[in-house]
Amino acid sequence: MIPSLPRPVWLRALNTLYIVAFLIFLFLPLLTVAAFAFNDAPYPAPPWHGFTLDWFFGDEASGRIGLFHDSELLDSILTSGLVAAWVTALSVTVGTTNAFLMERARFPGRQALSVLMLVPLVIPGVILGISILAFASRLAEFADSTFGWDVEFLRPGLPLVVVGQFSYIAAIATLTISARLKRFDRTLEEAAFNLGATRVAVLWHITLPYLRPAMIGSAVIAFLMSFENFNTTLMLVGADTPLTILMYGRMREGATPVLNAVSLFLMVASAILALSLMRRSENKVE
Amino acid sequence: MNHAAHPSTDLEVNAVEKSFADYRAVDRLSFSVNRGSFFSILGPSGCGKTTLLRMIAGFIQPDGGDIRIGGRSMSGVAPNQRPINMVFQQLALFPMMTVGENVAFGLARRGMGKAERLRKAEAMLERVSLGGSAHKKVDALSGGQRQRVAIARSLVLEPTLLLLDEPLGALDLKLREHMKIELKQLQAAFGTTFVYITHDQSEALVLSDLVGVMNKGRFEQLGTPQSLYYDPATPFVAGFVGANNRIAGRVDAMASGLATLTTAEGWTLEARTKGDVTVGQAVLAYVRPEAAVLARDPHQLPGCRRSHSGRVDSVLFDGANSAVLIQESQSKVEFRIALPQTGQFSDLVPGETIHFAFDGERAVCFAAGATA
Amino acid sequence: MTDAGPLWMRRLLLGLLLAPALLWLFLLIVLPHLDLALVSFRERVAPREYVTSLAQYRTFFIEPLYWQIFVRTAILSVIATAVTLVVAFPVAWTIAKIARGRSAALLFMVCLIPFWVSETVRTLGWMILLRESGVMPALLVKLGLVASPPELLYHDATILVGLVYTSLLFMMVPLVSSLESLDNALIEAAYDLGASGFTVLRTIVIPHAAPGITAGCIVVFMLTLGNYLTPNLLGGTSSQWFTEQIYNQFITRFNWEQGAAFGFLLLALSTGMVWLGLKASGQRFADVMQRA
Repeated sequence: MIPSLPRPVWLRALNTLYIVAFLIFLFLPLLTVAAFAFNDAPYPAPPWHGFTLDWFFGDEASGRIGLFHDSELLDSILTSGLVAAWVTALSVTVGTTNAFLMERARFPGRQALSVLMLVPLVIPGVILGISILAFASRLAEFADSTFGWDVEFLRPGLPLVVVGQFSYIAAIATLTISARLKRFDRTLEEAAFNLGATRVAVLWHITLPYLRPAMIGSAVIAFLMSFENFNTTLMLVGADTPLTILMYGRMREGATPVLNAVSLFLMVASAILALSLMRRSENKVE
Repeated sequence: MNHAAHPSTDLEVNAVEKSFADYRAVDRLSFSVNRGSFFSILGPSGCGKTTLLRMIAGFIQPDGGDIRIGGRSMSGVAPNQRPINMVFQQLALFPMMTVGENVAFGLARRGMGKAERLRKAEAMLERVSLGGSAHKKVDALSGGQRQRVAIARSLVLEPTLLLLDEPLGALDLKLREHMKIELKQLQAAFGTTFVYITHDQSEALVLSDLVGVMNKGRFEQLGTPQSLYYDPATPFVAGFVGANNRIAGRVDAMASGLATLTTAEGWTLEARTKGDVTVGQAVLAYVRPEAAVLARDPHQLPGCRRSHSGRVDSVLFDGANSAVLIQESQSKVEFRIALPQTGQFSDLVPGETIHFAFDGERAVCFAAGATA
Repeated sequence: MTDAGPLWMRRLLLGLLLAPALLWLFLLIVLPHLDLALVSFRERVAPREYVTSLAQYRTFFIEPLYWQIFVRTAILSVIATAVTLVVAFPVAWTIAKIARGRSAALLFMVCLIPFWVSETVRTLGWMILLRESGVMPALLVKLGLVASPPELLYHDATILVGLVYTSLLFMMVPLVSSLESLDNALIEAAYDLGASGFTVLRTIVIPHAAPGITAGCIVVFMLTLGNYLTPNLLGGTSSQWFTEQIYNQFITRFNWEQGAAFGFLLLALSTGMVWLGLKASGQRFADVMQRA
C-alpha cells in the first residue's frame, strides 16, 4: 500500500503499468491533434503523407488556408480574448471585494450569503446560460414596451456571454482569494498602522501585495475558463463567435487540419501560461 | 501611587480601565514611565497586560481614563498617528518586502524620498549589526536577526516610546538568553523609553529599571527588580517573582516586625511581617530556597537561628540551579532549598535526614487572604 | 478593514463591499432562475398570450422520448462518475502515498497538464483517433484484427470515454488533497494490528478520504450531466443527451417555455443528486465545495 509496508513485486509492477497506461490515455488525444497539424493532407486522418507547415502559413494561393490566413479563426481568437479579458477583470475585482466582505465584515445574513456564493458552481452551465438569456430578454422587452428603448446589450451577443461566464467564474475567484485572505496574519496590518501608515497605505502596501499571488492565480484561471467555456457561451452567443463555438461548428462539418493548427497554438499558449504560473508560485515566498 | 506630570515623563497612564462584556481586563490603572527608562509589565497570561499595551498603541479604546505620551493626551489619536512604535509578539515583519524596505516602511509613510530613506534604513541596520543585509529577504534571516530588524524598523522612526509585546516568546531558550542581553544593550545605546510586556519574570528582572507586576487588571506592585524579589508587597508577587516556599500558619508571637508562626502540624518558624499582621492571625509565609542553609550536623548551623530538620525527598540537579526537596520532619510540608554552588551536599541521598535554618528577616509573611 | 473608524465610514465600506456581491448573485443567479421558473410554468395559447399551466412538465412525462433521454442521461452520468472515481483513485493514491517529493509533484503536474487545454481540442483529438477514417480503426486494420475499419464513434462507450477523460481533473484534485492529509502512521498501525490491505482501504482510507471523494463525485456528476460538447460530438445524432433537448427547445425551436421546464428538470436532478451525495456521506455543502 505505502512504501514503508511490504509490497509484492507484482503489485508494484502493476502499479507502474497502470500509471503508464493512464498517462498514455491522457496524452494520446493531445499528441494526435498536434501531430496531424503537420500532416500534408486535406483531412486530419491517417495515413501520414509527409510534413507540412501549410496548415499554419498556407494562403489562398496554395489552396490550403492556414491558421495565420484564416481570418474567421483569427477573429474568433480575438473575440475569445476580448471576452476572457472582461471576464477576468470582473471576476478578480468582484472576487477580491467578496473576499474582504466574507473575511472582514460582520453583517446579518453573512452565513447565507457565503453559501449562496457557492451555488453558481453546482448549476450546470447550460442552465446558467438559458436563465440569463431568458431574464435578459425579459428586461429587454420591458425596456422596449415601457420606454421604447432598444437595449442592444440585452440581446444575445458578447456582453451577455461575458455576463454568463462571469456568473460562475466569479465564484471560483471568490473562493481562491478568500482562502488566501483567511490565512493573512492581521498583525501585519497593525504593524503597518503602528509604523504610521494610513488605511489606504496599509491596503496598498501590505494587504493587496499579500493577496497578489491569489489574484494572479485566479486571473489566469478565470482567463482560461472563459477562453475555453462552451456550455454557457453556446446559449448566449450572437453574431460574433468565440473560438470554441467556431471550432465546434467546424468539427461537426468535418474540418481541415487548420483546426489542429489552432489547437496546437492553444496548447502552446496554455503551456506557457501554466509554466509561468508554476514558476511564479515556486519562487514566491509565502 | 501618585505620579505628577513631570517634564521627563514619557508615558502617563491615568485611571485607565477596559472591560470586555463583564470581564474587567484593566481596572483603573495608573502609572508613569520616565524618559529613557526600561519599564516592564510582568504578569501571567490573562492578567490584562496585552490589553493595556494595545490601549497604549491605540488598537483598543479605553473605557475610561487617559493615556498621555510625551505629555500629549492620546484620546482620539489613531494608532498610526501616535509617537510610539511597537515590536509585535510574532514580529510581524512584512514578508513581501526586503529587510531594507521593512526598515524604510515607516519613513516612506512620512513621505521621505526613496534615496534618503534607504540611506537611513541602512544606517539603522548597521547600528543593530545588520549592515549589508538591506537587500535580503526577511525569511533569509535567523530568529535573532529578525528580532533586530523588527526593533530597527521601529527605532528608525525615533519614537518617544517603544512598546515590546513579548518579543522573545517565540525564540528558543538559548537565543532568548542571548537576546535578553542584546535588548538591554540596544536600549542603553539608543536611550529610547522601552515599555516591555512579558510573563517571564527572568526577562523582566534582567532587563528592567522598573517592573509593574500585574494581576487581574491591576498592579500588585511597582518597583525595581530588587525590591520585587527581596521585598514583595503581596503574596501574589512573592509567589510569582522567583521561586518561593509557601507555608501556611498562625502567628504565635510578634517582636520588632518578626513573627513567630506555627503550622497546623506544629512546625514553628520565623518570618518578617508585611502589612497588618496581628497575633493569632492566619498567615502565609514565603521563604526563598537560597535563604536557607543546610547542615548534616545541627551544631554546624549558625547558632543565632532557629534550626529545622527534614528528610531528603529528592535531589534536583540542575547545575548552578540545583536544589533539594525536603519533607520537614514535623509538618511533612515540602520545602525546597538551593544547594550551595561549592558542590557541598551534592552527595545527598533520598531518605537521609538533614538540618536547615534560615534568617527570619529573609522570610516574609502576609495575613492570609491579603491578596491585594 | 471594517472594524474600525466612525460608524458612517464602516457602513459605507460595508455597502461598497456588499454591492458587487449582491448585484452578482441576485442579478445573475437568483432573479434569472426565478424568471426561468416563471417561464416554465406558462403556456402560450395565442401569439403573445400566455396562461399559467403545468403543460410543459406534462409534455415531459407524456412524451416518452423526453423522459427516456432524461433517465438515460442520468444513468450514463452516474456510470461516468463511478468510472472516473475508479480510474482516478489508483493514480491519486500513487501521487499522494507512493511517489515521493519531487516525483510526486511532477506526476501530479503532468496529470493536470491536459486540462489546461480546452475541451474542444481534447474532443477533436478523440474524434481523429476514433472515427472510421481515424487512427485507431486504421491501426486495427493494420494489425489484422479486423478486415475493414470499424466506426468507433457514436457509441455509448465512446461517450463514456470522452466524459471520463474530461472529468478526471475534477476527481484527481480533491482525491489527492484528501489522501495526502491521511497520516501514513494510521495505515502502518492498522497493518501492525493485523489488517489486510483491503481492510485498511475500507476502514481507514475511504472514511478519511470521504470528503474528497464526495467533492469529486458531486462536481464530476454535475459537469457530466450538464455537458453538451462531448456527448454531442462523440455521440453524434445518437447521443441523446438531455442538454441537447434544452438547446433544441431554446435555440432551434424557440420554444422557451418547454426549454425552461427541461432546464428546471435538469437542475432538480443535479441538485437532488448533490443532496443525496451529501446525505450519504454525511458532508456539508460548504465544506465540500471548498475542497473541490
